[in-house]
Amino acid sequence: MSDRGLRTILQNRRSQPAQLIEVLQDVQKKYGYVSEPNMRAVSRELGVPLIEVFGVASYYNAFRLQPGGKIALTLCIGAACHARSSRLLLDQAMRQLGIAAGEVTSDGLFSLDLVNCLGVCAVGPIVKENEIYHPHMTPGKLRRLIETIRNREMKEIRDAQT
Amino acid sequence: MPKLSSCSELKSVRDYLCEQSKNLHKTLMVCGGTGCQTSRSQTVIDAIQRELSRYKLEERFHLRVTGCQGFCEQGPILIVAPDNLFYCHVTARDAPEIISRTILRDEVIERLLYVDQASGLKCRTVEEIPFYTWQDRRILSQNLMVDPTSIEDYIRLGGYSALAKVLKDMGPAKIIKEIKSSGLRERGGGGAPAWGKWAACEAAAGDEKYVVCYADEGDPGAYLQRCVLEGNPHLVLEGMMIGARAVGATRGYIYIPNEFELSLEHSLMAIRQARDWGLLGERIMGSSFSFDLDVSRGGGVFVYGEASALVSALEGKVGEPKSRNVNAVIDGLFHKPTMANNVETWANVPAILSRGSAWFALKGDRGSKGTKILALTGRIKNSGLVEVDMGTPLSTVIYDIGGGAPGGKLVKAIQVGGPSGGCLPAQQLSLPVDYDILAQAGYPVGSGGVVVMDEESCMVDNAKHLLTSLQGESCGKCLPCRLGIDRMLEIVTEITEGRGKPEHLDLLQELGETISQTALCDLGKTAPNQVLAGLRYFRGEYESHILNHQCRAGVCKALFSYAIDWDKCTGCGDCLDACANKAIRGGRNRADSIDAALCQKCGICRSECRFGAVRVV
Repeated sequence: MSDRGLRTILQNRRSQPAQLIEVLQDVQKKYGYVSEPNMRAVSRELGVPLIEVFGVASYYNAFRLQPGGKIALTLCIGAACHARSSRLLLDQAMRQLGIAAGEVTSDGLFSLDLVNCLGVCAVGPIVKENEIYHPHMTPGKLRRLIETIRNREMKEIRDAQT
Repeated sequence: MPKLSSCSELKSVRDYLCEQSKNLHKTLMVCGGTGCQTSRSQTVIDAIQRELSRYKLEERFHLRVTGCQGFCEQGPILIVAPDNLFYCHVTARDAPEIISRTILRDEVIERLLYVDQASGLKCRTVEEIPFYTWQDRRILSQNLMVDPTSIEDYIRLGGYSALAKVLKDMGPAKIIKEIKSSGLRERGGGGAPAWGKWAACEAAAGDEKYVVCYADEGDPGAYLQRCVLEGNPHLVLEGMMIGARAVGATRGYIYIPNEFELSLEHSLMAIRQARDWGLLGERIMGSSFSFDLDVSRGGGVFVYGEASALVSALEGKVGEPKSRNVNAVIDGLFHKPTMANNVETWANVPAILSRGSAWFALKGDRGSKGTKILALTGRIKNSGLVEVDMGTPLSTVIYDIGGGAPGGKLVKAIQVGGPSGGCLPAQQLSLPVDYDILAQAGYPVGSGGVVVMDEESCMVDNAKHLLTSLQGESCGKCLPCRLGIDRMLEIVTEITEGRGKPEHLDLLQELGETISQTALCDLGKTAPNQVLAGLRYFRGEYESHILNHQCRAGVCKALFSYAIDWDKCTGCGDCLDACANKAIRGGRNRADSIDAALCQKCGICRSECRFGAVRVV
């Protein structure tokens, strides 16, 4: 195992199958997704068959199996946000970004995911931009948010080039 | 901090902490719960901290960052003790004025007061606000008194005195008897009498047992478990310790979804503090009781209300429920007896032991005692966390506390018990918050989510949405749930897209009844509830979709259009500017019409219009 980050995660967890979900949580947090090489390393170290590691990683909503975008947009579609028309936010995001939920834009800037309740229902509908929560969202506000993020990122790229 | 070696030492520490707090002139409490944090309360907290430091006021005026104060719609919330002056929608810019006027000169800042919309009156204190006065906040009121990162606050409030009493005077039989006499019902799922599980786990053979707290909400639209845990983690710890003492467990786990960051942070901190103080570990407070706890981070899946699935997840496996023959209380985590309850259930335990089962049973009626925390969300004016006596009519919750739907719209239905619950129509809102009465009427209370729908909610779309999420959450193990949900979803989708047929209604009824009788676990059995309730109480909507190709709520895009209401239009032009498809025709001083061929029903014109001039036809 050449990856020091992964070595740290797996430290003191050898042959502890019950630690599987915790380990995958740490891998997800560090790398943004659970890659196949990392799954193989986890399987070896914890003593869990690879197919079971894959089973757990693909079963739970917490884990991505592909890298996300630089800006991970997460839309809450739980019952309370749905009652406040979160479907309109999903339609807006898909239209404006040109991707479906679970996909990444071709420039790698945005990924779009859905979640079934973030637990912030009273100030919903919620859109999460990486770790930032945006309350009381409307389709108009989401359109402006995506435009603002895009402009900010384009400016950063231009500044880096000059 | 040396570990507490006896129960009397705990009392001495508490007396000392109470004495210390008398030196404070005022306490500012700012809500740092997840809801208010989302409304940027951290900027308020930082600003207040800066002002107190700048004028060296920390000796006399204490800033306490608390957990959820319940009135989330009005956040960020700031309350000033001892009078409980209530400020809402506070921003960082207000901080200097709050310090210079309210704290130093006892002046009230009128613009920060809550205005009761029903009476038009400004409310000065928490006790004047109808949202609060209709409640009985036995558990949630503690959130005001404790900083969740401070074990000293919890002890000063009387925390761990229930555990001390139990360790000194009460063996397992006595503890379980108190829980039984209190009438405590499990605050999740079907609301079984709590004592049954305690007694069964205590009687189970084996010297290695576990107690588990699952902090996942279970129901989308509910967020009360996290608010109790992140706002008062020691309360939950103490409840679990008492449970462990009763059943003979020496280890426990708190299962927290990975996205509940504050709950994770505060629980881990509370466990560390409890260990430092000797309240977790060997020979707690000098007794023979040893117990320790760990946190397990969840992968974010719904089925954990089912105990055997929860056990699978704790063992690091896929969260599938095991066969019905396996009872987790006897054969649970690592095949040991395991008692699992949710946060709210554990949070009720300490007071039952310290104040007595008779005190607990004073609230509530018939078979449902105590108070129930509800998450009031969706299309409701006063959205937030409320706590009411069992037996309170739902109409009190929706109208007196909740203020009804925004804009005076009619409440159509409420969803209780999550996606597995039913849609309780408005004409049944006189039903009380009571496990048995609601269950008899066909609505499981679940964990306490109350999602309100008004005349702009479509019940067919709602059923489609819930079936979609249940389809994703189903473990897939049994055919009725796995295939049955797929088929119901297909049919409901056809109806929302304008391809519904009259025979679909009977087919949905038959499918729903079959699935509810044959699925393996409660997720599958209750999956058809929304559709069946919809067919029973909102059949007119389903028929309107099928026969008239009309969605009057303005949700199913194939079945409505947007049009301009000329009486309300002021000609501001916001909708014309906002429309990305150039679908709105208009000129100076008014919008004329919306071209249905170009309109994508994105909803932006409607959300941007300040005058309600875009209507559904």
